[in-house]
Amino acid sequence: MTALRALFIRDLRLAVRVGGGGGIGVLFFLIVVVLMPFAVGPDLGLLGRIGPAILWLGALLASLLTLDRLLAADHEDGSLDLILMSETPLELAIAVKALAHWLVTGLPLAVAAPLLGLFMNLDGRAGAAVALTLLVGTPALTFIGLIGAALAVALRRGGLLLAVLVLPLTVPVLIFGVAASNAAVVGPLPFGTPFTILCALTLVSVVVGTFAAAAALRQGME
Amino acid sequence: MRLEAKDLGCIRGGRDVFSGLDFTVAAGEALQVGGRNGAGKSSLLRIIAGLIGAAAGHLTCVGGDAEKTIPEQAHYLGHQDALKPSLTVTENLEFWTRYLGGTESDSARPLAEALNTVGLGGLGALPAAYLSAGQRRRLSLARLVAVERPIWLLDEPTTALDREAQGTLADLMRRHRAGGGLIVAAAHGPIGLDDPKTLRLGAGA
Repeated sequence: MTALRALFIRDLRLAVRVGGGGGIGVLFFLIVVVLMPFAVGPDLGLLGRIGPAILWLGALLASLLTLDRLLAADHEDGSLDLILMSETPLELAIAVKALAHWLVTGLPLAVAAPLLGLFMNLDGRAGAAVALTLLVGTPALTFIGLIGAALAVALRRGGLLLAVLVLPLTVPVLIFGVAASNAAVVGPLPFGTPFTILCALTLVSVVVGTFAAAAALRQGME
Repeated sequence: MRLEAKDLGCIRGGRDVFSGLDFTVAAGEALQVGGRNGAGKSSLLRIIAGLIGAAAGHLTCVGGDAEKTIPEQAHYLGHQDALKPSLTVTENLEFWTRYLGGTESDSARPLAEALNTVGLGGLGALPAAYLSAGQRRRLSLARLVAVERPIWLLDEPTTALDREAQGTLADLMRRHRAGGGLIVAAAHGPIGLDDPKTLRLGAGA
């Protein structure tokens, strides 16, 4: 436990220090959402209808932006070697890293969503619904991204490969995230149905992502 | 405890790096691995550290803690120093002490002592980004002092170290061996080990 707590605190500290890039995701999210009304035009009805989808897409792209540093930084400076050698199971270590990563990159997206919803002509209720679905859905994005981050380290290819690998896997999360948000805004589905599926997707991603990423790292250290 | 390798082989990127390697290092002994560039010195250390798989043969640890694997009982000092530039010297050392040692003591004394030993005594609050190459190396060495582990795997440990720090390293290695530890080091020249066993890789090639 001591080891995991130390890792968690270190990753949080690194994220908030100079060059940690903790706030970059939210800034990117803000820019994507602000650009959208310029592209779509001042049709308030249209903006309100596509609002939840745009917010979800923006959050998805923003979470992708910071993913490549999740494991690559530790790989480059040799920390990952020591983490692999340690008694602490690799699965737990990277799960803790992903959790710390989500706290500084995923959680702020959910918090910012109601505010950015104003740009998309979403009222308070709709903004809250999007924030809630992002709160539940962004951990899935992080843990799916963990697989991509591990593969990028293992294959020694960063950046773009990660985006290509990760984005297709996030389709189900996107579908049910947007469906739940829309259900809260316009219906006709009850909010609970897509929302519980989104919760299930997140739980599955946490388990599958952790074990798949650990397996990829072990294979890739050859 | 004793580290035994039997018929160890290594293949990297389809190339046969070495094969049929046998050696034994007992507690208190040191093995210095030599050989030209690309002979597989670092690969051998990484195999012992469990970071890459051996293509043939096996490695056993006789004695020692039966609950732990070889990598879990080993310190690996590689070419990279596993330091974060934005954390301070103390924070870097504190993290590895907790992560590798699994102990959490509230007093900062052991950390300060380890830093003093490697000659970084007054620099605890400095971000690691401002350290020189030699100082970074010293900070990596502090990890070996702060957390006790019986096997030391050192890859070119004297790189970037000045003469004084090389003396400190020699002292540390002497103390480690006297305390029943063993060392496997890869190096081209003498690194201050007292009468080490030597192993030359790629001698036939």
